[in-house]
Amino acid sequence: MRLKTTILAFLLLITSGPVLWAQQQRFPMPEFESGYQYPDAKLPGSGSLAMEYFDVGILVLLLAVTSWLAIKKRSRKWILLLMTGALLYFGFWRQGCICPIGAVQNVALGFSDPTYAVSWFIIALFLLPLLFSLAFGRVFCGTACPLGAIQDIVVVRPVRVPVWVRKSLGMFPFVYLALAVLFATTGTDFIICRYDPFIGIFRMGAEFHLIVIGIGFLLVGMFVARPYCRFFCPYGALLKTTSIFSKNHLSITPSQCIDCKLCKDSCPFDAIDHPTDPKVIGKMKDKTKHFLLYAALIPLLIVVGGWAMSSAHIFLARANPDVYLAHLLVRDPSVMEDLDNLDVQTFLGSDRTVDELVNDATAIQATFRSGAWFTGAFIGLVAGLFLVSQFVIRRRDDYQPNRGDCFSCGRCFKYCPVQK
Amino acid sequence: MERKKTKNRREFIRSSMRFGMVLALGGVGGLAFRNAAAGKSVWQIDPFKCTWCGRCATHCVLNPSAVKCVHAYEMCGYCDLCGGYLKVGHSDRSTAAENQLCPTAAINRKFIEEPYYEYVINEDLCIGCGKCAEGCTAFGNGSMFLQIKHDICVDCNECSIARVCPSDAIKRINGPDPYLMKGDFSEPA
Repeated sequence: MRLKTTILAFLLLITSGPVLWAQQQRFPMPEFESGYQYPDAKLPGSGSLAMEYFDVGILVLLLAVTSWLAIKKRSRKWILLLMTGALLYFGFWRQGCICPIGAVQNVALGFSDPTYAVSWFIIALFLLPLLFSLAFGRVFCGTACPLGAIQDIVVVRPVRVPVWVRKSLGMFPFVYLALAVLFATTGTDFIICRYDPFIGIFRMGAEFHLIVIGIGFLLVGMFVARPYCRFFCPYGALLKTTSIFSKNHLSITPSQCIDCKLCKDSCPFDAIDHPTDPKVIGKMKDKTKHFLLYAALIPLLIVVGGWAMSSAHIFLARANPDVYLAHLLVRDPSVMEDLDNLDVQTFLGSDRTVDELVNDATAIQATFRSGAWFTGAFIGLVAGLFLVSQFVIRRRDDYQPNRGDCFSCGRCFKYCPVQK
Repeated sequence: MERKKTKNRREFIRSSMRFGMVLALGGVGGLAFRNAAAGKSVWQIDPFKCTWCGRCATHCVLNPSAVKCVHAYEMCGYCDLCGGYLKVGHSDRSTAAENQLCPTAAINRKFIEEPYYEYVINEDLCIGCGKCAEGCTAFGNGSMFLQIKHDICVDCNECSIARVCPSDAIKRINGPDPYLMKGDFSEPA
């Protein structure tokens, strides 16, 4: 007992004088007489680069084959098969990370932080689906995306979502995208990954609330088909924009539409545009004034959006851990005595001073102020374009897939009686 | 005739927008590729920044955590009185459960020769709580420390431990050399 106390006292003595001992081990390795050799601590590597090449290769292959299946071969069966394969591989085998949806944030952070080097294959993951979308429509959503696939296979009894609900909720992906880019460029958080509803299902384990949200999405998805894709997915916002202007796109009929209306209700995602009602066209003639009015409103919406988001920058910046800690310490210095607060205690134990922290936090807040302006302006622009689009009417004589909303799933093929 | 014109106009708008988007994507891609990293990068803990707060054990998306204790044997003092193995206030210097600091008894203590003992981490039991690393650094050489094991880590796009790490010790590092080992005692510059 005496001996132990002495040793402990000695230990305390040497721990209190670390400067003296800094370049030397407290207890040098003993010279063993028994010929003891210490074990070789081999650590497993990080996996070879080949896996990354393989993933990009698989993605290109999937996108190319899906484009062919959707536009030339017109086979729902094969699309479904590919989709299941992609779900098993990218979802359950590769466990969902990293995917093109989250890659948006990596690319955004790469632009704002020059020290953050984005891997080439993340950039490839980000660009490839968009390029394919410009050429062939949203073929990525059709098969390659595991989040889309898991929702696609649970669609059992899709209900029609009213147009106004569909269109207004369809704006949210743009808001989500703008916020994700804001939080990523400020180095605060990757919100898309953090709130990915299906990652917990792919990994068979996650925080409780994420599992609940994921299962909730799947349950809702039985009736409102692909709810995440249509009303949340921020990458979907980009794919939608590119797909609208795509060079080629899947068509419901293999040759000429005979206007038989058989495919009318075949799309669970309400992505089939019906022929334009002549009455509506007549009415639209007087809507030119509205169109001009709302078009003139766009700059105003941009400014209002920018101003509104920018004035919320302090609230938004609180998501940043440094800003949060600075607020906590400045508002309520008594928190420093709270020994259970790990963040505060670790900060006090580090060599950063409160002043340094406050300076850093102020700088981050300033970037939030300007960043939030752009975010708000973008949201304003999207809202403006949405309003204007209500007064644009396109003359259509037949049933066509809506290029922005169609996921190239191929469900409508079998409803068309026309042979090639 | 008039319809054909409309079609042409629509097609013109569409193709010019498409052209613009290809240019935009090319620009974004080109700029991004200029600063791109060739290899892959992985998450890792800087053992000199780590403060053994215990969140590695609780905040990893995996259960048990992909963070494990790593033992640099060349730094170990092979002490009988091991700060990483024995609880503060232990009653006896033995392998009895009540004397062990590790909550899952993941450290094997083996006698080598008087008065030296070898300590080996049993990774299957280790939960990455860092209690041993804290004890070893406080009382010994700091040869036990936490690292993310890449055979277990699923390489999330955003590491959920990094987000809550109070000492900001988890960063992405280059893939080919994916561990930050405490090889020699001095802190790297």
